[in-house]
Amino acid sequence: MTRLLPHPQVALTLAAVWLLLANSLAPGQIALGLLLGWAIALFAARFWPQVPRIHRPLALLRFVGVVLIDIAVANLAVARLVLGAPARLRPAFVRVPLALRSDLAISVLANTICLTPGTVASRLSSDRAYLLVHALDAADPGELVATIKRRYETPLREIFEPC
Amino acid sequence: MLEPLLSALILAGAAFTFIGSLGLVRLPDFYTRLHGPTKATTLGVGSLLIASALYFGARDGGISLHEVLVTLFLFITAPVSAHLLSKAALHLRLRSLAALPPEEGGEKPRRNGPPPANRKPE
Repeated sequence: MTRLLPHPQVALTLAAVWLLLANSLAPGQIALGLLLGWAIALFAARFWPQVPRIHRPLALLRFVGVVLIDIAVANLAVARLVLGAPARLRPAFVRVPLALRSDLAISVLANTICLTPGTVASRLSSDRAYLLVHALDAADPGELVATIKRRYETPLREIFEPC
Repeated sequence: MLEPLLSALILAGAAFTFIGSLGLVRLPDFYTRLHGPTKATTLGVGSLLIASALYFGARDGGISLHEVLVTLFLFITAPVSAHLLSKAALHLRLRSLAALPPEEGGEKPRRNGPPPANRKPE
């Protein structure tokens, strides 16, 4: 984008967050929100070398829905594990090979893995070839990797990196 | 009509938050303990926030949107802190029930026996 407005989406998102914080739609608040969004996006531009591009907004909405449902279901599963017999847990480190390449997509994937209970993304290998994930109870690590790739990585690829 | 629903949501939220904290006591090692408080609580805080949105929405006759922001910030910050804690633990080579991958310096799961001298005891 232009030098003066490096990230229009970021600016608009920040303006929306400001309006939510202020909880009002007064013209003054809208102006202030847009000003803040513009200024913050400008000053933070060097942290965002690539302009994130969302190619399929509808797929993004579906992805968010899937993740929210997974969070609820997996929360119940973790609650049962905690209340059950912790001695019978089978924790494991698994390596999830990454097909994603962009920073934003990898961050969103790691964030999603951390949000769904039972898995924490522990480390991204320095060559970005795989993500090390700690699972609370993995009876079948291969199955876990397949699930992560199918449920989260494939939609993220469609959203951020269409070929 | 609203009150029983709110009570149920608040109780469910409190229960899930409690279970998350209970995980700190019951789970065996650092990495598994990380799962309890960082995430069994998402549903707990979620229920509390829905209750809050319903209550203030009904009281002020509008939609209460501050809760949306709380959810957003929580969903951004909780995974990042969990990731950093776990990365730091890998760096310090804390005792782990799960076998560490070889490139992280793990040979075999140290399930029994005392921790070696240069490793941090619990």
